[in-house]
Order: sequence, then structure tokens, then C-alpha cells
Amino acid sequence: MVEHAEIRMVHRGGSKINFREPVITNDSRFLLCAAGESVNVYSTSTEEYVHDLQGHTDLVTGVVLNPSNHLQVYSCSADGTVRLWDFTDAILIKTFIIGYPIYSIYVSEKHGGVVFLVVPMADYKSSELFQLVAVHLPHSGDQEVEARELSAVLCDVSPHAGAASFGREGEYIASVKGLQLEVFFFKKQKSYRFSLKSGMKKGAKNAFTCVSCHPKEDCIATGHEDGKIRMWRNFNQKKEYTYSTLHWHHGAVNTLCFTPEGTNLLSGGIESVLVHWHYTQENQKDFLPRLGAAITHIAVSPDGSLFSTSHSDNKITIIQSCVKVSAVIQGLVKGDGVWTNLIIDPRSKALVLNGKPGHLQFYSLHRDKQLYNLEIVQQEYIHEEGLDQFEVVNAAFDARGNWLATVEERRKKGAELEITLKLWAYDELTQSFVLNTTVTAPHEDQITAMFFSPSPETTMLVTTSLDGHFKAWLLADHSDANEGFWACDFVGGYHLLKPGCCSFSADGSLLSVGFQEVVTVWSPASWELLTTLSQPPGAIRDLCFGRLSCSKYLLGASTKNQLCCWNLLTCSLEWSTPMDVSLLQADPLSENMAAFCSQSGSSDLFVFKPSEPRPLYSQKALCTGKVQHAVFAPRDQMLESCEERTQWLNRSQLYFFTQHMDLLTFSTKTEEDRLLASSKQLMVDDSVAVTPFYLLLGKHRGQQLEKQEALTNPMAERTQLPQGSIAIKELLHTPAHVLPSASFLCAMFVRSLLISSSSARASLGCILCQRSSHWMEMEALVVHTTKKQVSLPVMWS
Amino acid sequence: MASFKSTKIPIYPKLGEKVTPDTLYWKNYKAPVQIKEFGAVTSIDFSSLAPHNYAVTASTRIHIYGPFSTEPVKTFTRFKDTAYSGKFRSDGQLLVAGCEDSMVRLFDVSGKVALRVFKGHTKGVHVTDFTSDCYHILTGSDDYTCRLWDIPNSTELTSYKEHTDYIRCGITSKLNRDIFITGSYDHTLRMFDARVEKSVMTMDHSQPVESVLLYPSEGLLVSAGGRYVKVWDLLKGGQPLVSLKNHHKTVTCLSLSSNGQRLLSASLDRHVKIYNTTNYKVVHNFDYAASILSLALAPDDESIVVGMTNGVLSIKHRKSPEEKREMAGKQRMQPVYRIFVKGRNYVPKKDDFLVSKPVKSHLAKYDKQLKKFNISKALDTALESWRRNRKPEITVAVMKELDRRGTLKNALAGRDEQNLSQLLNFLIGNVVDPRFTPVLVTATEMILDIYQAVVGQSSVVDRQLVRLQELVEREVDYQQDLLEVLGMLDTLFAASLPRKEVPCPGSSRSNGLAEGSLGAPGPQLKAA
Repeated sequence: MVEHAEIRMVHRGGSKINFREPVITNDSRFLLCAAGESVNVYSTSTEEYVHDLQGHTDLVTGVVLNPSNHLQVYSCSADGTVRLWDFTDAILIKTFIIGYPIYSIYVSEKHGGVVFLVVPMADYKSSELFQLVAVHLPHSGDQEVEARELSAVLCDVSPHAGAASFGREGEYIASVKGLQLEVFFFKKQKSYRFSLKSGMKKGAKNAFTCVSCHPKEDCIATGHEDGKIRMWRNFNQKKEYTYSTLHWHHGAVNTLCFTPEGTNLLSGGIESVLVHWHYTQENQKDFLPRLGAAITHIAVSPDGSLFSTSHSDNKITIIQSCVKVSAVIQGLVKGDGVWTNLIIDPRSKALVLNGKPGHLQFYSLHRDKQLYNLEIVQQEYIHEEGLDQFEVVNAAFDARGNWLATVEERRKKGAELEITLKLWAYDELTQSFVLNTTVTAPHEDQITAMFFSPSPETTMLVTTSLDGHFKAWLLADHSDANEGFWACDFVGGYHLLKPGCCSFSADGSLLSVGFQEVVTVWSPASWELLTTLSQPPGAIRDLCFGRLSCSKYLLGASTKNQLCCWNLLTCSLEWSTPMDVSLLQADPLSENMAAFCSQSGSSDLFVFKPSEPRPLYSQKALCTGKVQHAVFAPRDQMLESCEERTQWLNRSQLYFFTQHMDLLTFSTKTEEDRLLASSKQLMVDDSVAVTPFYLLLGKHRGQQLEKQEALTNPMAERTQLPQGSIAIKELLHTPAHVLPSASFLCAMFVRSLLISSSSARASLGCILCQRSSHWMEMEALVVHTTKKQVSLPVMWS
Repeated sequence: MASFKSTKIPIYPKLGEKVTPDTLYWKNYKAPVQIKEFGAVTSIDFSSLAPHNYAVTASTRIHIYGPFSTEPVKTFTRFKDTAYSGKFRSDGQLLVAGCEDSMVRLFDVSGKVALRVFKGHTKGVHVTDFTSDCYHILTGSDDYTCRLWDIPNSTELTSYKEHTDYIRCGITSKLNRDIFITGSYDHTLRMFDARVEKSVMTMDHSQPVESVLLYPSEGLLVSAGGRYVKVWDLLKGGQPLVSLKNHHKTVTCLSLSSNGQRLLSASLDRHVKIYNTTNYKVVHNFDYAASILSLALAPDDESIVVGMTNGVLSIKHRKSPEEKREMAGKQRMQPVYRIFVKGRNYVPKKDDFLVSKPVKSHLAKYDKQLKKFNISKALDTALESWRRNRKPEITVAVMKELDRRGTLKNALAGRDEQNLSQLLNFLIGNVVDPRFTPVLVTATEMILDIYQAVVGQSSVVDRQLVRLQELVEREVDYQQDLLEVLGMLDTLFAASLPRKEVPCPGSSRSNGLAEGSLGAPGPQLKAA
């Protein structure tokens, strides 16, 4: 096997942002949340991604504000470290090495310099037992500090976030697990345990799910699996404790949170309703319904003005004073299944796949951001477990992105399948898809594949179904009606076999449909069966026409470990090779094909041209499990790689989903370098929150500046010194306490100006800078020169 | 926070024919007036004079009806045998009729006794008509001859004996006084010119000709015979233009609508079909109770008169505009304009502080109840009698929505006798409707499941259950029959289609390489 050092598999966005409770900063400007191996910082007002805190080498499992400095944040990770960050500038301040994987982190104002972590019990390495430990973070000047002094507080705790909470002024900590609530008083160094009966006989499920303590009073709220909330009081003794019960949720209470003043209690569960209990009048409650998906976490800003709810569809909603949703931060939705294949929208080049239930999401791969959700099912979603919901199972775009076809189905237990085919037209005015035609029961059984004809003359859709037919749908021209609608044009079948896949040739002149073991080739113009190809044994699983110079080839992958390539001119088998292909994907911009093979529990990738059965690139043991979904996404800019092994990545990029729903892609070294450079440049710019206003005006300003320059001084080069300005900004924006000494910086700064200076003004600045020896003076000058650059256009205009 | 999404009521395509301007036009007639005549109505002719009376020939009488009378205004009874073909002259003063006793009688419309009697035919005369100069009469008879008579002298002018069978139809030209056309049971149509001794044109209809018709321009001729209606181009020497086969029994009568845009044909199959004369497609269809022998349209299509073999004369009058307006007036009153636009056209002034109010979307009552998860109430609302009867699709959509939510069973349960019988009534009415069957079958199963314990406690419910059972059994039988027919048709189609061999190279070979000798022609591949 050839080693490919230059091609690397990388995670590309789409990390889970709802994994742990987010944190809202003291000034309510930023929201921090754990996202995979980093901590993302979002602006609460504009929902824009600002930057991320990178450094952890494993999943980040918790984020909390430093109680002694509200500009710093602790994060813990499964890699066994706790890191302290300055989140406004994304600077790692300190790393504390704990040595055990950490599952959650708790801090309290009263316990300065101590963090409470949930780690596995030392002597039960393998088992699922966890303990809550207190760690004194040592004061030391070093970047990396070992903090191995763990003192156990509670044994046998739940590793989930929200299963422990600090009480009034940090006097006690409450933790729940199973049917037990444990309260540990720090002063007395004593813990009390309160157990509930399982209550299974009465239909109640009393197991605890979450806990939250009142910040001002001695009261603990606990959530339970049957939807009850219990308010515990008088719990500083074993005997005379009391609890009252609140019940509104019909599913488990996922999360509980008191507001900072303790006047309100917030709770959320699968119903996706934020319930707002008034602490003093417990029978009064407010609701914020239809938040989209089950609530997993609730966080409140320290001043109580903002709430944020994390949802199971990888979304964080920011709510203003419990009435209005002000912002929605939406990550890539990765539900329990992606039924549609990965598709690229030809217009926006966005990745399209199942999103929220009943929706298609359009996800920008380049910006790692969800563009929008298209509602397909258009029915009220009932949040209830065990309900058969309509799901979007298939989607297809036509070649120009004018039409979108979707199939939704709902399988009832023991009843017949409900299928609906919907066709959506792109509306230029609203920049969105508008429903054009709804076909109820287009087929009698599941639709297995659906494709638009790529030929520009006809808009034709072909669907194949397990009912043994494939159907062609045409846009009926109706001159009297304002818009045409779709109607069935042709129904085809072959010996009552069940078609499993279909494919159009690149010019749309041929349609191949795989009927179990037989591949049939049809002419869509006349609906004539041209030829049949077959290669028993094994049913055809995937079909793919070659493109460009290889358009005479048809590739088919069969279930019995065979990949066949037929030559359509001679109607004969060109070559075949024994491999268990789970997915065959053609690059729309080149001849290349990617085949994912599953072998002994892991997946291999082969990239090849149909004309020669020799792979251009192959990678063994890509990931564990089968790769079910992959797509070639066209690049913004073409790469100029000449190396044979990386050439296939020049025009488009291959994205795929692993079994664990991680979105992976392949990247080359040159590309990574370029990305790194651009991200560096961006990082400095984005230290200011990106508001729409800023985007509008900042862009406008820049354009104006350029225009003015072009007008007044067409020969002069740009006055902005790209490298110099970064250096200046870095100097100005980095906090003073983390900067190296001024003498060291000055030399660097001056050098940066010298390299790029060619215009008179820049050299003037250099001379000025060289003369000045004092740091403060120089800073003043720098500010002066930059100001001059900005104010110039104003003067001219 | 998304708003509540209302229950979607599917719009079902209207079954039956599409609504076209033609259907609207031809549907705009009142319910027919029926008059019983003494025998089969063989001919109807409208007078071109103002009140547009029409002469109805049936048995041994000719009745003349006024446009809105159900009693004849005049009756001619001086026939010794069956009368045929009572026809008005173009000035409406004279009426001519043939008779089985071979005599042709000419009447004054105001008189009673025949003014003239033309004798000369030897057998019954089925065809009579006036020529365009009003001085001659054309007759056609079962003695195979057609003759021209002079009215003032009551003498025979010419006789043509070219047909070889009964002459049962004929028409004179309205533009030329000498030209006329006759159709006969010898399958031919012949055009005669009175100035010439012989026929000038012969067309073969290949069926016994029952009726002929000339277009107002007289360039085209329409003939009906057998199941066919054929159109001939006279200016091209009698070239056949189209042959229409839309009836499944003999076509007996033809007529043109007054603007000449539509052609009507009546047949023994009890249908009147209306064709568009530009593309000869059937645009509308009338059904009648018995086989139709004669058909006539009043000028401006004010009424359609049809005579049938059982002696019934059916008259349909066009609806007057006042009646139409009356129908429209029954619609709900709109709110007054002042209230309707109240405050909507207010433009905020300069210093006004604008408070934007969220637009409240209107929800139907059942949707409001569904929003609150009041499932039983929602079903009750959907089962309200007017909704149940007028818009069953709403009831079914709510049931479907409840089923989707998994709560249909709860909503159906716990109903009293009256409620349950209401529900069963709805099911009996709609369960076999193919649009609703999938949903209602589940609902029916659930109802039987829930209420099987109380069967036998209420006679009303029991009766309905028995009816429901019968209905379902009948439907199952019907579906069975349909499937059988489908199977038969499939065999017929399979047998009639030519079997095409599809090249299948190397399907039997393990390596799949095709030999050249298989000679499979490769598909034409357009290289991209």
C-alpha cells in the first residue's frame, strides 16, 4: 500500500454544538459552547461565529466562566486537561494537566482556585463509575501546570452535565444519579442521601435526570424521567426533609435552570417547550412553545437578560427575557439518520441533506454554516416519542438548480406506506424553493432512487420504486395556466423485477435502471429498451455512467462483491473486479469515480477512472464501519496540483459521512497552508463582533477607499500594507500583559514595514518609527499614520 | 419559534370532464319540458319567422308549438297515414309535409286544409323541402326517386331516378335555387342541379344515409349514416374531410348551432354530441331517456328540441340572464366597503410612532382545538353536520391528522349512541370513496375495535353496522370484478403487442464478454 503523506483526512465542520451547556458571558455579548475539539465563540446579537478556542486534543466536555475573572473561561476535555482561556482574544492562558479523562466541570465563586471535575474512579478504570473530585489549581507562571492533587468529594456520580449543582453561596453541592439525590455540605464535610422508590408499579418513573439549586435559598429542583419536577427543601437533615412536585412535562425533564435571582425556574424536555415556572407561585407558569426540537440544555446569562436553549437538532436558541427568540445558532443537523444522499445544490453549492425532522438543510461547506432550512413536510411536528413521522427520504436537484424533487414517506405499523412526491420550483424573487406539484402515492412502494435528466432541453424526473416500476415525470407545458405542473409520462418495468437504482448518462441520452441482477438501458427520448446487461450473481446496488472522455462506460456495483464496467459501444464487459462496493460516486467535473468498499469492519476508498481499472488513489482503513453517504463538492478555486496522487482533488472535494455521522473530507498540504493563512488574517479582523451593520458599512468603506484611490492616484500602489497592517493590529489589539517586551516588538514591527514599503508615505512612516525609541511614542505615531490612511478619503470626498 | 401549522386539506382533482367554456354554455339550459306525442317524433323544424314556432311531425299529425307553450298552437291532422318531414318555408307562411300514402301536402300555416296536394310518388315520401326561391318543392321518396314540384301550378318539374334505395334525407341549397342534395339507403349522397338532367356529384358514405346538413357557407356537407358522421368538401368535388365515430348506434339527425361553430349529432344511442367544427372534437354531450330520432335548435340556441322514438318531445330552454343573477344573489353578503377597508389605507404621518403588531393568522376551529391537543373536540368539530356533508375532505383530513398524531383511537372512543351513529353514518357515506378509503378504513377498524363490546345494545347502531358490512362486502366484490377485467385486458394487450427481442449479450456467460456472433447492435451513444 502506498503511503500518502500529502493527502490527509480532516474533519470539516459540522461539529456538535449542543453537546454541553453553553455559557453566556457577563456582558451578554458572547456565547461560548463546546464544539468537538474546540470551544466556539458566537456573538449573541448577530448569531455570527466569531472565533474558536483551539488547543484541546479530544472532545471538549465542559465550559465554565472563571468565577474570579469574568473575562476568562475554563474548559475541560476528555484529553485530561483543563484549560484557562481569554475568550475575547482566543488566547490560551494556562493548561492544567489532570491526567484522567474529564467528563464535566463545576465551579463556584466561594471556592476560588478550585475546580470540581467528574473523572472516572481511579481503581475502576474499565467500569462505568465516576467520582466528583476537587482540584486545587496551582498558581504558577508556567503555561503548562500539572495538577494531580485530587481530593474526592462524592463517589458514584453521573457523568452527565447537569447532574450536579452548587447550592446557595457554594455551601453545598447536590448530585443526582439513578434514584438517589446526594447533597454534600462543605462546612460539615458531610453528605446526605435521599432515595426515591422506583415507582414502576404505578407507572411513574422516578429516576432523576437533572438537578439545579436555588441561588438564594435552600431549595433544590430535580427533574425526573416521567416529567415531574420535585422541589426539595429542609434537606440538611436525614429525617424531616420535604419535597413538592410540579408536573407539566409528559416526557423526561432534560434540563433545569434557575435564573440568577432565583425568581424563576426554567425547564425543558422533548416537547420543545421552554417552561417558565414562577418560584413563589408554583402553579403559575409561562410557555415558549414550538422551539423546533427537544431541549437538551438551558443556560442563563449572569444578569438574567438572556436565556439560551440547546436543542437536539444541533441548534442553540438565544431568547430575550423569556418571550422572544432573538437569535438561532444552527450547526449541521445530524439526526439519527440521513436518508437522502448528500447532494450539492447547483446554485448555492451548498450541501443538502436531512435537517430537522421534515426539513432539508442547506449547509455551506466553505463557511461551515447552515444557510437555511427548507420545510418539506409542512405539517405540525408533534414532539412525542414513538410516533411515526413523515421523513424526507429522497431529494434531487436538476442540473441548473431550478427544480428540486423530494420524497417523503411515513411507515405506519402494519398499515400501508404513505408516500408523497413533491416538486419545488426555484423562485428568483424570494431566492427560495416554492412548492409546485404534490403527487400523493406516486408509487405503491418505497422509492429507491430519483434523478433528474441532465439534458438541458427536457426537465424530466425518473423515480424507481420497489413496486417493480420506474416512472418518468415531465413538466407539462400549460400555456393557459401561469405555471406548468408535473405529470407522469412513462411507466416502465422489466419482468416484474424490482428496480433498485438508476442513472442518467452525462448528456441525458441514456437511462440505465438496475433491475436486481439486470441492468437495462433505455432511451428517454423514445422510451425504447435499448439493451440489457447483466453479470450474475448478485443484484445491482449502484449504477454510474462515466463522464467526459469515459462516457462510453457504465459502471455497476453488485451485492456479491463485484464492480463491473461495461462498454456501451460494444455492449460488453470491459473489466470487473471483486470488491464489496458500498458506495459509488462520480465526480461531476472530471472522469474520476470514487468507490467506498467495506472490508472487515472498516472502509476503504479507491479513486479511479473507468477507462483503466487501476486506482489513481487508494486509502485503506479510512474509518470504521460502512460509508453510506459521500459527495463530490466542486471547489471555489481550482487547485494547481500536478502530482498524480492529488490531482483528483483539483476540481472538487470529496466529502463523506462515517458511521458515527462525522463529516470528513480529504485535504492536501497546499490547501491547508492556504486555509491557515486566510484564517490568520480573519482572526484579527473578527475580534470586533461582526454585526450586519459592520458588514454593510465596513465593506462599503473598503470599496470607497479603493475607488477613491483609483480615481485620484491610479498609478500609486495600495496604501494598505497587508503585512504591516496585520502587525499593527496585532500590536494594538493584544492585551499588554501577554505581549513580549517592547524592544523585541519594535524591531519586528519596523522590519515588517520595511519589507513591503515602496510608496513614499510608507517609507516616511519607517523613518519616523526608526527615529523614535520610546515605545509609547511609537504607538502614538502608528495610530497617527493609520488614522491618516483612513481619514484621507474623507478629506478627498 | 415557528407558528402552528394548520391541518392541510388536500385539494382533490375534480372528477369527470373538465370545465370548458363549452360545458358552461351547454349546461346553461333549464330542466327539460317533456311533451308526449302520439308516436315517434320523426321531424322537428323551426320557423324562421319571429316567434320561432316549430313544427313537430309525429304519427299522423303535425303539431305547431310556440316557443314557450306546452300545448300546440296549431295542429294539422289531414293525413291518412304517417306524416313525415313537416317543413316551414323560409318566410314562415307555408308548411309542406310528406306522407306514407305517397302524397305531398302543402299547408298555409294559418289554415287547416291543404292548399295543394302533389301526387306522383308511388311510395311514402320521407323528404320534403322548399327551394331557396320559395316556388318549388323538393321531395324524396321510398320509390327511389326525388322530384321537384312547382307550387303555383302544382305540377311536377323534374324527376331523378338515380338512387337505388329509399331516399330518407335531402336538403336544398339556401344560396342557389337549383341545387339540392339527397341521401339514400344505397349508401350514396347525390347532388343535383335542376338545370341538368343527371346528378352532378356523388359521394359514397358507405352506410345508409340518415341525415344531411349543409354549412351556411355551403362549402361543406355533413352526412350521418350508420355510426358515422362524415364531412365532405363540396368545393373539392366531394372529397371526404373527416369521419367521426363517436356514437355507438346509428346517428339519426344532425344540426348546427346558430353561429355555425358547433355541430350537433343525435343518435339512437340516446346521446346528443356536440362537436367543435374546427377540430371536430366532442366538446359536450347530452343524455336522453330514449333513442333520438330528431333534433332541432332554435335560432340563437334559445332552446334545444329533441324528439324520441317513445313519442316524447323534450324541450330545453336557455336560462335567462335574470335567473342567473338570482343564483348569484344567493351568495353570502360581503361586508360593507367602509368596514372592509377600515384603517387599512392609513398612511403613518411624520411624527407617528409605529407599533408593529404581529399578524395573527386565522385558524379554523378544529385547528385551534388541535393546537390545544383537544383531540375529541377537534373530531367533533370536524364531524359537524354541514362540514360532514358538504366538505367530507375536511373531516377526513382531521382524522388523518389525528392518526398521524397517534391519537385517533382516543378521539374515537367514549362516544354515546347519537355520536356513534353520526360517525357510522359518515363512514357509510364515504368509506368506499377512493379518495378517503385509506384513512377511513383505519378509522372503521378502530371503531369496530373500540365498540365491539357494546354491539347489540342499540338497534340504531346495529342497523348501521349491518349496512356498513353490506357496503364493504359489495365493494370488495366490485373490486374483485374490476381486477378480473384488468387481468383480461392485460392478456389481450399482451397478445396484441408485437413481441420485441431485446438484445441481451452474454447474460448466460460468467465473464460477460459478448461474442461478435451475437450481433447485438450497440445503442447509439452520443458522445458528450
